[in-house]
Amino acid sequence: MTKRPLPSLIMLAYLLFLLLPIYWLVIMSFKPNSEILGAFTLWPQDFTLGNYRTILTDPSWYMGFVNSFIYVAMNTVISLCVALPAAYAFSRYRFMGDNHLFFWLLTNRMAPPAVFALPFFQLYSSVNLFDTHIAVALAHCLFNVPLAVWILEGFMRGVPREIDETAFIDGYSFPRFFTRIFIPMIGPGIGVAAFFCFMFSWVELLLSRTLTSVDAKPITAIMTRTVSASGLDWGVLAAAGVLTIIPGAIVIYFVRGYIAKGFALGRV
Amino acid sequence: MTLRLHDVSKTVDGKPHIHPVNLELEKGTMNVLLGPTSAGKTSLMRLMAGLDTPDTGAILWEGRDVTGARVQTRDVAMVYQQFVNYPAMSVYDNIASPLKIQGKSRGEIDAKVREMAQLLKLTDLLDRRPAEISGGQQQRCAIARALAKDVGLVLMDEPLANLDYKLREELRVEIPRLFAASGAIFVYATTEPEEALLLGGNTATLWEGRVTQFGPSMQVYREPVDEITARVYSDPPMNFVTVRKDGAKVHFPGGQLARVDAGPADLADLADGEYRAGFRAHDIALGEGVAGDLTFAAKVNSTELTGSETFLHLDVQGDRWTALVRGPQVLAPGSDLHISLDPARIFYFDTNGKLARAPQREAAGAGV
Repeated sequence: MTKRPLPSLIMLAYLLFLLLPIYWLVIMSFKPNSEILGAFTLWPQDFTLGNYRTILTDPSWYMGFVNSFIYVAMNTVISLCVALPAAYAFSRYRFMGDNHLFFWLLTNRMAPPAVFALPFFQLYSSVNLFDTHIAVALAHCLFNVPLAVWILEGFMRGVPREIDETAFIDGYSFPRFFTRIFIPMIGPGIGVAAFFCFMFSWVELLLSRTLTSVDAKPITAIMTRTVSASGLDWGVLAAAGVLTIIPGAIVIYFVRGYIAKGFALGRV
Repeated sequence: MTLRLHDVSKTVDGKPHIHPVNLELEKGTMNVLLGPTSAGKTSLMRLMAGLDTPDTGAILWEGRDVTGARVQTRDVAMVYQQFVNYPAMSVYDNIASPLKIQGKSRGEIDAKVREMAQLLKLTDLLDRRPAEISGGQQQRCAIARALAKDVGLVLMDEPLANLDYKLREELRVEIPRLFAASGAIFVYATTEPEEALLLGGNTATLWEGRVTQFGPSMQVYREPVDEITARVYSDPPMNFVTVRKDGAKVHFPGGQLARVDAGPADLADLADGEYRAGFRAHDIALGEGVAGDLTFAAKVNSTELTGSETFLHLDVQGDRWTALVRGPQVLAPGSDLHISLDPARIFYFDTNGKLARAPQREAAGAGV
């Protein structure tokens, strides 16, 4: 086979452009502010871990991560608990308007979150949920539940109905069948749905910032408020960015085999 | 133990799937539901199992009305055409699962699972997952799970249809053996008349959601009550011609005459008029036949060789007939030949399709 350098060159250039911003973010996080602003350097001349130290020791920084983790976890659990039975119903039963309802669920994803920021703010303030983790978790259910239902329904449709019936004939009650037999069969689907809930909740900024002030303030909101009297703290901001990428990267590793199916809403 | 279906019917989306059916299945019997695809075999089974609720009528189990009872509470097991096992469990756990639900002790479960595994030759595969064994073994596993439950009613919906030829032959021999060992009521759905005869027991023939006849398999085969039942219970399909009985003669197409007192099928007391004469493909012979046989001139449309037998698709006076003859016969399409038919092997149906006269046993007893 003759060696063709052009395709690999294109690939290389593509990867370079793709990774350049991330590379820049990473090296920035290891530089002091003076180097970031003072000189153009391709790698840290004056290597420092000070930016990370600031984040991991200052509660106003690391509580942002904690808050984000809390509401993201809550949201993922709530979304899955709601979506599992809903997806089962859509995949197994015919009922009046099921197709319309199923499509309507997806249209919830088409509205920008900004549309819902104002009503949510008003609603949660009036029921004293403002600035709580559950408020953000519930608000994110708006787009995560429909998504999880779509993904899970796709996976559930791949399970023959005869398995359900055989289990009932064997004597399984519905809850027992669902937990012992059905859930293990759609394990990958649950993993993918959980990943997408995690991801969308983790990156969402507008609703989480609107619905919180101090106690439940997410890391992404903190990152947008680092302008101080002495100007922008570039290094710390970069370090926070790096730390924000890591959880997503870890989670995606576990569902990497099924992620394409997830992006196709379980319909591959 | 008896299962009684009393006027049971089912309509889905305005289309009747099952017309009112009356059936009574006795303890320890093998019952075959025979019918073409979409005749209602699966629908009827689902009603028996309790997976669907009938629109009218009642289902009685040991005299008790179980029409609306939840499937979990019923004394049934079911084997599907698709190989249905729990993919996340080992073969052992699959067979054990209904026993665990029943709350049996660990020792009891282990003994039963090993017994079933022995019976269905799964002993070496107990640790495997269903995805790691062959199709035939998966179906054995499903059958083992159904039988392990020790129920009064075992439903098998074309359990061998998705298996290859060799495995089907193998399991077909085993099923009557398993049935005899269980003492349960077996209901076995199939599209193949041959399978119904091999399994013996009783046959219910189904056609478009109706049970056309129910009785001992051999009797249904030999004396189908009507033309439809005869069609359902013949593979290849039964050949039909319209004939006219006139006094002492029956006029066949092409000027052939059969004497009413020819052979054991005595037609002397049938009223004169039009009849439908039906005969199975294997009752047609090549050549002129012996004295008293009906002889027809036929044109070959096509032939199918299966090795030991040949299907001939023939054109006889504009009617399409199928003949099944022994040995490989090489006949070019379009060639002319003579075929013969023993008049004693003919079924006569009246113009309403009801059986008027069936061949008597001595004559009809030969093979499938």
